[in-house]
Amino acid sequence: MTDNRKLGENQERSSGRRKFIGGLFASFTSLLVPGFLRADNKSKDVKWIIAGGYSPNDHHWGMGIDISKCIGCGRCVEACKRENNVPLVPFFTRTWIERYRILENGEVLIDSPDAGMKSFKEESTEDNVVRSFFVPKICNQCENPPCVQVCPVGATFQTADGVVLIDSEYCIGCRYCIQACPYGARFLHPETRTAEKCTFCYHRIVKGLAPACVEACPTQARIFGEIKKKASPLVRFLRMNKINVLKPYLNTEPKVFYANLDMEVK
Amino acid sequence: MEEIVKHLTPLLKEITGYIYPNEIELHWGLLIVIYPYLTGLVAGAFILASLVKVFNVKEVQPTYRISLLTALAFLIVAPLPLLAHLGHPERSFEIFLTPNTSSAMAMFGFVYAWYLMAVLLLEIWFDYRRDIILWAEKESGWKKWMHKITSLFSSDISERALRFDRKAAKIITIIGIPSAFLLHGYVGFIFGSVKANPWWSSVLMPIVFLFSAIVSGIALVLLIYMIVTPLRKKNIDMACLNKMATFLFLAMIVDFSLEALDFVHRIYESEESIKILTQLVSGKLFSSLIVVQLLIGMLIPLGAIAAVKIFKWPDELKRLTYFLSAILVQVGIFSTRWNVVIGGQLFSKSFSGLTVYKTTFLGLEGLLVSLGLLLLPFIILYILFYVLPPWEEARAA
Repeated sequence: MTDNRKLGENQERSSGRRKFIGGLFASFTSLLVPGFLRADNKSKDVKWIIAGGYSPNDHHWGMGIDISKCIGCGRCVEACKRENNVPLVPFFTRTWIERYRILENGEVLIDSPDAGMKSFKEESTEDNVVRSFFVPKICNQCENPPCVQVCPVGATFQTADGVVLIDSEYCIGCRYCIQACPYGARFLHPETRTAEKCTFCYHRIVKGLAPACVEACPTQARIFGEIKKKASPLVRFLRMNKINVLKPYLNTEPKVFYANLDMEVK
Repeated sequence: MEEIVKHLTPLLKEITGYIYPNEIELHWGLLIVIYPYLTGLVAGAFILASLVKVFNVKEVQPTYRISLLTALAFLIVAPLPLLAHLGHPERSFEIFLTPNTSSAMAMFGFVYAWYLMAVLLLEIWFDYRRDIILWAEKESGWKKWMHKITSLFSSDISERALRFDRKAAKIITIIGIPSAFLLHGYVGFIFGSVKANPWWSSVLMPIVFLFSAIVSGIALVLLIYMIVTPLRKKNIDMACLNKMATFLFLAMIVDFSLEALDFVHRIYESEESIKILTQLVSGKLFSSLIVVQLLIGMLIPLGAIAAVKIFKWPDELKRLTYFLSAILVQVGIFSTRWNVVIGGQLFSKSFSGLTVYKTTFLGLEGLLVSLGLLLLPFIILYILFYVLPPWEEARAA
């Protein structure tokens, strides 16, 4: 009799425990609900990209930059800022041009006033300059991007076509990605307070257009295209030139390729 | 927008060499200096407490509960500077909901919650449970209810229950030590794993953070103990103080050795970044790194405590030396955090130039908020001392 009662008590207790564990599980699971709801909303947001028949899996984008062709006019910078709603002040930019002047004594002068948007002025030091050139810079759309690795919420991500994008409605503005980028390609947009950088003008390339900077360049110093398809002008560019990337030792595997890159460029 | 432009424009003139255009705005400011400073104090204070429970260092028993409450007060404030610096603080919960598993920072929420819930609060609760129950029995009115609630309405103070309390507290402390290491070592990892930044990128970073945390935590509890005890008109326990100073000294020796190793290693390897880092250390960081962190915050207090140990000084002089040394250590560790966080952003990733950092007075990331955040833990600590008196004589008989 007593044994039976004990058994009953035990059963009661274990069913209570089961209920408790069940409750615990349910309450923890409920934490995920807002995430799912958001994800559902998100998929509606990206439908405009797929709507035009664009399939990210069929592409792999990159850019080639021929330093010997850049004249430092700054039209790419302005075109980019206007296309992508980047403030026209000097502190925020998705692309910029650096001017390198190597003097007789080996000293290297580098500058990029106003990100190079208003071109460059000649200066009195010009007499003893032995070599001078311009280097357009942009997000390298790394194959192995440190910014994507460190983003705590996954707001910055790599698409199937290799472009690194930022979901500005998701970015919390912690700026870890800005710290992690070795190229200084990222900034915090002063109005949205979220991280920003070059997207290869993603809204244009999904429609088959070239990025704004490529279109604006008067000397075709920038070449945009497919990395892997044989018919692409970029593949031809990669085959015809001696190619280098920025900071290769960091193993970020940039997809912006430079022809005629000088060792002074970092 | 206009405000930022107004803040950044004059900085353009102070740049030396070349920096990338996007680097003019320095992204992790004073608030991010305060964050590792606070978590360091938490980890350090907890390690001191664990000396009593795990390593059985009887002398520092009078500071055991003070250390725990100090750790709690600072841990409560620790996430606030992070929150205040976010571009979108209202989205901060996304770190919990959709953490990016490859991000060191995404683990913050979990490490923090673990440390707060599974370590500190539990240990404090088990340690205080008996006392709270007995206090509640004697008290009346809202104080009774306050203690009833903090005891979570438990009432069992049988020998068996108390034995369980002691055992639980000990186990939690044992789990707590690696957790404290994790809490602060992990903050070091956030910086140490940024390969883009040679000033940060170092495998020693987590461990340097950890030992500087222990140094700052012990020094802080020593200060609090030395200030609070005379205020309560009690005598300072010299044996306790001497022991704390010994541990402070040992932790400082390890911390100093690690930092020296890091320094020598950098100079010896002399990598690409060495030129710009030399410029940085001998220029913009000279006063905060060489003078404040190394000389004032490390060598002088080390020498002073060593002198106390070598010469037989009277207690009065010992106390004064300990007190002043602990203050210098706090200044030194704060400037250590400054030199890591701000120092790592003063040079361009092009390694061709240096920039400047100027904090604002007002605004969420300004000086005023920062001072408030440094003061807030002490206000919380005052309240905690009131709710859970940590003094020996307050223990219920």
